Amino acid sequence: MTNHWADIKNADVVLVMGGNPAEAHPCGFKWVIEAKVKNKARLIVVDPRFTRTAAVADQFAQLRPGTDIAFLGGVIRYLLENDAIQKEYVKAYTNASFLLREDYGFHDGLFTGYDEAKRSYDKTTWAYQLDKDGYAKVDPTLQDPHCVYQAMKRHYARYTPELVSRVSGVPAADFLAICKTIASTAAPNRVMTSLYALGWTQHTVGSQNIRTMACIQLLLGNMGLPGGGVNALRGHSNIQGLTDLGVMSHLLPGYLTLPTDQDPDLKTYLQKRTPKPLRPGQMNYWQNYPKFFVSLLKAWFGAEATKENDFRFDWLPKNDKTYDILAAFELMYQGKINGYFCQGFNPLASVPDKGKLTAALSKLKYLVVIDPLSTETSTFWKKHGEFNDVDSRAIQTEVFRLPSSCFAEEDGSLVSSSRVLQWHWKAADPPGEAKGDPEIMAEIFLALRALYQKEGGTFPDPIVKLPWPYRSPRAPAPDELAREFNGRALADIPEPKDKTKTLVKEGEQLATFVHLQADGSTACGCWIFCGSWTQNGNQMARRDTADPSGLGTTPGWAWSWPANRRILYNRASADPAGKPWDASRKYLFWTGKKWAGPDVPDIKPDAAPDQGMSPFIMNAEGVGKLFALGGMAEGPFPEHYEPMETPLSVNPFSPKSAGKTLSNPAVRVFKGDREKFGSPKDFPFVATTYRLTEHFHFWTKHTRIAAVLQPEAFVEIGEELAKLRGIRNGEFIVVRSKRGQIKVKALVTKRIHALTIEGQEVHTVGLPLHWGFEGLTKPGYLVNTLTPFVGDANIQTPEFKAFLVDVQKA
Amino acid sequence: MALMSLDVVNQSASTSTTPQARRTLEVAKLIDISRCIGCKACQSACMEWNDLRDVVGVQEGFYTSPPDLSDQSWTLMRFNEQVIDGRLQWLILKDGCLHCQDPGCLKACPAPGAVIQHSNGIVDFQETNCIGCGYCIAGCPFHIPRLSGKDSKVYKCTLCSDRVGVGLEPACVKACPTQALGFGSKDDMLFQAEHRLDDLRERGFAKAAVYDPKGVGGTHVVLVLPHGDRPEAYGLPANPRVGPLLTVWRSGLARAAGVVTMVAVLAAGILHYMRRGPLEVPPEGDQGVKP
Repeated sequence: MTNHWADIKNADVVLVMGGNPAEAHPCGFKWVIEAKVKNKARLIVVDPRFTRTAAVADQFAQLRPGTDIAFLGGVIRYLLENDAIQKEYVKAYTNASFLLREDYGFHDGLFTGYDEAKRSYDKTTWAYQLDKDGYAKVDPTLQDPHCVYQAMKRHYARYTPELVSRVSGVPAADFLAICKTIASTAAPNRVMTSLYALGWTQHTVGSQNIRTMACIQLLLGNMGLPGGGVNALRGHSNIQGLTDLGVMSHLLPGYLTLPTDQDPDLKTYLQKRTPKPLRPGQMNYWQNYPKFFVSLLKAWFGAEATKENDFRFDWLPKNDKTYDILAAFELMYQGKINGYFCQGFNPLASVPDKGKLTAALSKLKYLVVIDPLSTETSTFWKKHGEFNDVDSRAIQTEVFRLPSSCFAEEDGSLVSSSRVLQWHWKAADPPGEAKGDPEIMAEIFLALRALYQKEGGTFPDPIVKLPWPYRSPRAPAPDELAREFNGRALADIPEPKDKTKTLVKEGEQLATFVHLQADGSTACGCWIFCGSWTQNGNQMARRDTADPSGLGTTPGWAWSWPANRRILYNRASADPAGKPWDASRKYLFWTGKKWAGPDVPDIKPDAAPDQGMSPFIMNAEGVGKLFALGGMAEGPFPEHYEPMETPLSVNPFSPKSAGKTLSNPAVRVFKGDREKFGSPKDFPFVATTYRLTEHFHFWTKHTRIAAVLQPEAFVEIGEELAKLRGIRNGEFIVVRSKRGQIKVKALVTKRIHALTIEGQEVHTVGLPLHWGFEGLTKPGYLVNTLTPFVGDANIQTPEFKAFLVDVQKA
Repeated sequence: MALMSLDVVNQSASTSTTPQARRTLEVAKLIDISRCIGCKACQSACMEWNDLRDVVGVQEGFYTSPPDLSDQSWTLMRFNEQVIDGRLQWLILKDGCLHCQDPGCLKACPAPGAVIQHSNGIVDFQETNCIGCGYCIAGCPFHIPRLSGKDSKVYKCTLCSDRVGVGLEPACVKACPTQALGFGSKDDMLFQAEHRLDDLRERGFAKAAVYDPKGVGGTHVVLVLPHGDRPEAYGLPANPRVGPLLTVWRSGLARAAGVVTMVAVLAAGILHYMRRGPLEVPPEGDQGVKP
């Protein structure tokens, strides 16, 4: 979240799209209700079905799965055509005025630079015009035809209410009514918050779904303000912590990136990742990348890491390609990965195309599952009747199950969607032989190290020489790890303004990442967590509920990254002169000497407004990007592309491209998977998967009460589709995709209705996904039996939210 | 329970005087349907607090689960899809005992002390006294109590009388994430409910209303209904009342009538004897059946 949970109460309009917080985040949803009750906020829900969130909404629209950019692109057009944007904000805080290269263009669904053979773009033209100093040229009048504002206007001119309606299925009148409510927040005294979750991310255009909303919020001037922002509602506890700590194949802690084989040494690596400012006077915070990165290497490699040996940069693995989850399972499927560690993860249920996954896991020599529960993955080899119809004798994979503890059985911190790190204390011992994850990992590491010490091997140094400074080497304690993430001074750090004074003494915990150094004199395991465990102790354990501003900031409750800042980009809550846009919603303001307010300023604390330092300090241009430059795989402006499986044969937004732009042209499809995409002739209905309040993913089916509350799998279909296929409520039906079929009970509902898409009737099939063949609920099929093995073009999040199926009576 | 027994103001099939030494505040639970998201946290909390575990059932085509109230499920979210004024509404009712001021169950119950009413308004079952006749089920205008097949006792929501008795709110109220459930004095709950109506009317629910049906003397569970003119749409009776027969049953008139009937029967018997003499049994074999 750019903002935080409690902040939702400050909104005037709450737009829920790509999420269903009343069901998936019922506790956080209290703040939406709070906004409605205390702030007279209007709640808009746009979703493929009428959810429990829709049940308390003021406005609802049912859209076809996978048409969010069509809808939101239409909103952008509405805002621009009706001049319903916060002009002053847009001029000062976005790149609307920046001039684009004259050779940048967009034709028939493709941006300039597309290479059809490689299915990727040469992004050279997606750039600003630069002056002789390397700064971007701007036109503050927004009149230049090459400025971002004009390019955006041209780009979204096609997104008329009529076309939006034809593609998404939302009646134009409903669409316009929602646009009107959204547009009301262009006023400086009205703010909209956007809440989304997997409903946006799990598409082949997932990242662009979110970017479209970022553009809308920038145009409306809703970023950086209380009650505003683009807010990702994270699912798993502790998935925010997972991404923060870089537990993804291409990331390092704190959103630093893993080197690739194109980074032969530290210098090259850092040069590529340390941007130069694109406008004068900007903070350009990523210029500090070397401090964060070197401090990370010092935290990991300790005294082994010296300036002379590039701080052991060579000890890091270098990616030769991406190893996202789809790529990993593809490699396993090809027999190129033969051992797999699966920790707190149930991929047999969570990765698409169960048939392919079973085949992939069956090719492994060994599989290690570390989990508190008996997951489907850990028994993938076992026949469970029709639900897991495998021939166990044919599967030679050796499976090791290492029972781990649950969150309540260990000390530690969890990071919420609000970026708040909250410490928790162990309530009970784990049962039986279960151990904490750090203990399990440490034992494996120590055994491996002993083997390397004894037998040697290829390049043993990173393992044999890795410092392991824990009190109990077999069980690193949560507090030790937390201190390590925070970081400490390895030498006396001098005061920058007066080098004779000491800022931090050697051995002290660091108070802030501002103190990090690139010369090896600080160690920090995750720069954004710096400040969470200082000389003053564990900041995550703070429990002060005081909220002096009444805006829900509660700065003494636990600790949020970065720097205990609760609203990101909060400098943008004040106008360029430093006065709050809305006096009644005063957040950050310039006192004449410094920035003040209830939150930690997201700007240099003493940068006077007339210095022109802009609020989006992580961007080299200092402003929010309506035009993303080369940041995205499929284009600098979000464009509507159909899901990989679609009822349409032509993209109505680029009809002239002869199918080349029907779906996202930059999506990666593995060999063999394209053949497993179904056509609307055989699979006429659009399916989407989702979760329900009663269960958490595949976990809570192991608890009795949750099993009572939602005991058995079902599929939701509308009354029209039920009539079409002669299906009665509560009876078993078969849902088929090109990849497999499942038998499941039908729940016939008014809450999903048939849509008219390009003149044809399109039905939506809703597939809740909590059940499987393990646990206390009635045994059932895993829904990912049906889903396509393809992901978002940028980060490969699987397309679980839009694919084609057929349904029939069982 | 000893202390709580001081608060009993009414009990089934009993003429003994109830304790008068102290009176407690009249309480109420507020269910604000406009804030309810049907998450079933209340159901979960009810099972947890009361140590109840309903069976893991089957999906029968509804979000409501388990399918009905039972000895193990004292509260239940019922989901109703309704089109009202051309607009689809998913109405979610937290079903369970409303704790009537004038409780039909208590009136119907023939077992002394099996149903009691506390001065704070809570209507509670004392299962040890229950004879399993099921009259309370027939007597309840909201169709709430359920007979257990296991022990032939009847069960329903206690409004967490054990928690309320020591100053806590009911478990469901504590668990509700959106404060759709509130708990306090009945006056406060009615005040809050009325306040919510302004917001709802401003949002287009012109007929929003508080459900506190007078036919049962008002209830100690009151609801805010966005469609206040259509309680049936939520599955609530529009005009619940205690059956007229029950009213007569429990009234002094019924007792008087009972005494009169008894006396009359006795008198008729004596009269009959006096006029016809003793009943004479015919001799054996003379029953019209030949061997």
